[in-house]
Amino acid sequence: MPETRELTLGEAVREALAEEMRRDSTVFICGEDIAEAGTVFKVLSGLVDEFGPERVLDTPISEPGFTGMAVGAAMTGMRPVVDIMFGDFSTLVMDQMVNQAAKVHYMSGGKWKVPMVMRATLGASRRSAAQHSQSLHAWFCHIPGLKVVLPSTPYDAKGLMKTAIRDENPVVFFEDKMMYKLKGPVPPEDYTIPLGLADVKRKGDDVTIVATSSMVQVALGAATMLDAQGISAEVIDPRTLWPLDEETILESVKKTARAIVVDEGYFRYGATAEIASVIAEKCFFDLDWPVKRIGAMHVPIPFSPPLEDATVPTEQMVFDAARNMFE
Amino acid sequence: MTTAVDPSKTQAQAEAEQWLRMYRQMLMIRSFEESANDLYTRALMPGLAHLYIGEEAIAVGVCQSLNPNDYITSTHRGHGHCLAKGAELDRMFAELLGKKAGYCKGKGGSMHIADPETGNLGANAIVGGSAGIATGAALSAKRLKTNQVAVCFFGDGAMGQGLLYEVMNMAALWKLPVIYVCENNLYNEYTHNSETLAGDMVTRAAGFGIPGEAIDGQDVRKVYATAKEIVNRVRGGAGPAFLVCNTYRFHGHHVGDVKRDYYRSKEEETMWKTQRDPVKMLADWLISEKLADRAALDKMHAEVEAEVKKAVKFAIDAPYPGVDEVHDDIYA
Ligand SMILES: Cc1ncc(C[n+]2csc(CCOP(=O)(O)OP(=O)(O)O)c2C)c(N)n1
Repeated sequence: MPETRELTLGEAVREALAEEMRRDSTVFICGEDIAEAGTVFKVLSGLVDEFGPERVLDTPISEPGFTGMAVGAAMTGMRPVVDIMFGDFSTLVMDQMVNQAAKVHYMSGGKWKVPMVMRATLGASRRSAAQHSQSLHAWFCHIPGLKVVLPSTPYDAKGLMKTAIRDENPVVFFEDKMMYKLKGPVPPEDYTIPLGLADVKRKGDDVTIVATSSMVQVALGAATMLDAQGISAEVIDPRTLWPLDEETILESVKKTARAIVVDEGYFRYGATAEIASVIAEKCFFDLDWPVKRIGAMHVPIPFSPPLEDATVPTEQMVFDAARNMFE
Repeated sequence: MTTAVDPSKTQAQAEAEQWLRMYRQMLMIRSFEESANDLYTRALMPGLAHLYIGEEAIAVGVCQSLNPNDYITSTHRGHGHCLAKGAELDRMFAELLGKKAGYCKGKGGSMHIADPETGNLGANAIVGGSAGIATGAALSAKRLKTNQVAVCFFGDGAMGQGLLYEVMNMAALWKLPVIYVCENNLYNEYTHNSETLAGDMVTRAAGFGIPGEAIDGQDVRKVYATAKEIVNRVRGGAGPAFLVCNTYRFHGHHVGDVKRDYYRSKEEETMWKTQRDPVKMLADWLISEKLADRAALDKMHAEVEAEVKKAVKFAIDAPYPGVDEVHDDIYA
């Protein structure tokens, strides 16, 4: 048995970054309050002690500026990792990510490359209100040229982050801020997880639940509740929303004939819409029930605790949706 | 671009050759742009054509002060910068026409020409959008100790974009080898910059502690001398610099902008074209200094026109990319 330890998701991300910085001197991290402060979530604590302020670079509060600089640095021989404190602030960097990072390779006919990672948080339920609680990952999935990663376990976070840093393209990496303390086994050795490979988090025969990021825990909770009712749920985590592992999802749906898609992004025009339509298009005749989508309620995330809680998909909602398919 | 000094040549000879080289480059850009205009009006060039005619001295003066591996970023009005940095006429035209032989296999077009071989990080159709890229390239150059500098060309319209000030702040804090070159041609599309720019341009950069100056952008000798001095300073580790080159675009914002009297007068245009033409200004000086005679300059002009004509033919005859190539180059 190889040695294994329990790490939190935050520790797994930090370990991936540290190992990649040790391995490749062109990797550097930039963002606000990331050096001595180690970010507001303390994910990067201690990195500056090992790598110094030139590689763990505290920036001014200039998201478009430092993201744009990362694009230029990536084109010219570096591998920048940009830290966007809250995913909500990714709205400021849309030009740099969408019109610059995502386009450079294509517009130059394949001549320039942009090997960079943009890290950002997502997820509600910290009582942070509407400008610090959004899950905007679907926006980036819409853009050809970007890859979008959403890990749901410490193991996945470490392996996917390493792959993201080594990728030759701009990769957007979303970490759910409620999951930084989530613990799980992480082997100490170097390993990577390919982008575009889903993981079956739980085997089952009766219904497929495709879930992303923190919704994987929600789906697993719902699966346990369904077990008690004699319904066996399979939980699939795509791990990267783009590239999307359609094969693993479709294979499962063909087996179970029922599908639910759960994501914390907004319901309307969101990640659930895309995955549900892939299922509907490619295995409609295998389905015994219409695909069900569950996403964040379509409102700005409210501050008041009971209101905020109501916006996020719950185990009960997933359980009810599945139960309904067997009425 | 710097060339090796031949010790057998006198300094005066070397200088004369240098000005003649720059004159040739300005002619090349002028002729390129006239041909682009012609291709566009004959409906052979798709998209938009933003001509650089009238502003040639800036690209040439600045790029002549750079090494081949120094970086530039350019704008929607970028043909001049690309050529001055060393791009070939034929692949430039091919890109304008969307042909496979173009610099970006026809996927970039007039506003997105890029070329790693000449340090060209790309022309950019987002006004001010490349300021981050140029500054990031300067960050790389400093971290990787490559001794390169990065030049960010932009128009006066980009002075309204916040990105520029974000990156100027960081470039100054971290002493990055980047030169911000503003080509002040007075107009943002169809609006005079007296309606869009508050205060003084140079002091905006001075607010970050970035040294700046405004010069006559029609005088290539002035642009070159100033740029050379700035490039030396910036390469030596002094941190970023800002240069405003005052200039004028002789044509419209783009080729289709022909009825211009609602935003600028015929008299103004005529004045610049007759008295402030950078090509003519250098020719007059070369002749008055007896560095060349009219016949020699005319001969050079004819040679350049023949080269341009050949390149246009190459581009017109070149095939389009196959439609199956539409999916190539999205990911590296
Ligand atoms: C962000 C953005 N806003 C608007 C435009 C449309 N646009 C294209 S060129 C231009 C004016 C640019 O003026 P200036 O920067 O002075 O450059 P010039 O055309 O004079 O060379 C505008 C507004 C754009 N391309 N990008």
